[in-house]
Amino acid sequence: MSVSLALNDMAIGESAKITGILTIGKNRRRLLDLGLIPGSIVTVIRRSPSGNPTAYLIKGALIALRNEDASQIIVDKITIK
Amino acid sequence: MIKAAFLPGPIKNPQPERSNFLIALAGNPNVGKSTVFNRLTGLNQHTGNWPGKTVLKAEGTFSYRNHHYKLVDLPGTYSLYANSADEQTARDFICFSRPDVTLVVCDATCLERNLNLVLQILEITDRVVVCVNLLDEAERKLIHVNVEQLATELGIPVIGTTARNGRGFLELKNTLHDMVSGKIVTQPRQVTYDQELEILISKLENKLAPWLPEWLNSRWVALRILERDYSILEHIMISRKPEKLSLQIIQEGIALCLQ
Repeated sequence: MSVSLALNDMAIGESAKITGILTIGKNRRRLLDLGLIPGSIVTVIRRSPSGNPTAYLIKGALIALRNEDASQIIVDKITIK
Repeated sequence: MIKAAFLPGPIKNPQPERSNFLIALAGNPNVGKSTVFNRLTGLNQHTGNWPGKTVLKAEGTFSYRNHHYKLVDLPGTYSLYANSADEQTARDFICFSRPDVTLVVCDATCLERNLNLVLQILEITDRVVVCVNLLDEAERKLIHVNVEQLATELGIPVIGTTARNGRGFLELKNTLHDMVSGKIVTQPRQVTYDQELEILISKLENKLAPWLPEWLNSRWVALRILERDYSILEHIMISRKPEKLSLQIIQEGIALCLQ
């Protein structure tokens, strides 16, 4: 069973599969260009001391996202058996 | 009157062979673009600051097999959608400076994320060569890139390189030479959108075509207008001054969007 949550609610070290992007227009385009495409896998790598932004591993590159943007990305958490 | 002074004289070669070519260097950030630049130019670069831009564009030159090339290192971007000054600089250069070849440098260790930009550039121009760089790092990570297959899929030349030690650069320079000499004809892979959108694109393209310079890809301009990105029309307005027409085109574009 998978759990749906927003990307910014994930803990460091966790991985998830993107299932949806809630924004539209330029913001959506921007996120897609960064490699945040439904179906791809994201891993949370580290968080800045203030908790914002957070660095994610996306398709082989480390990308920092603000929580405002990450909260627009809906993911399914991947649980390691 | 001044021109007349130059009129008498030997008849010029009807089609003088060109020997100076412009190459744009594009790619995502951190793919070794500047290393490729330095490897090609032999560090002969100087950086320049263009007015109104906070972005640096490095320029350099090199010669190979009797051709002289000016190489322009564009800012690293993930996209050409003009969301930032960097992206706009890169896009405007590829679009309006009409480089003879756009060389897109990709990172072999994460090729997938680089292909987004490649496909976007292929929507603007068919004069593209892809350079899959950092092959040494990819090998260390046990990643094998099938360069020939990628070339077939994209319909353009693809060269594997390691800019750090110069591997693949002879092939790269020969490919650039053959591209500017017209020996290579590309058949770039085109992104096909869903049917509804394709109908809008062709409608708008037909309306736009008479007002665009013939070297500008009308399909690409139509796509930008459908995205409501009108910054592209500002350039065309400046160069052609069809202000009324452009406004009309914008309105028609919006009308088509909302249909």
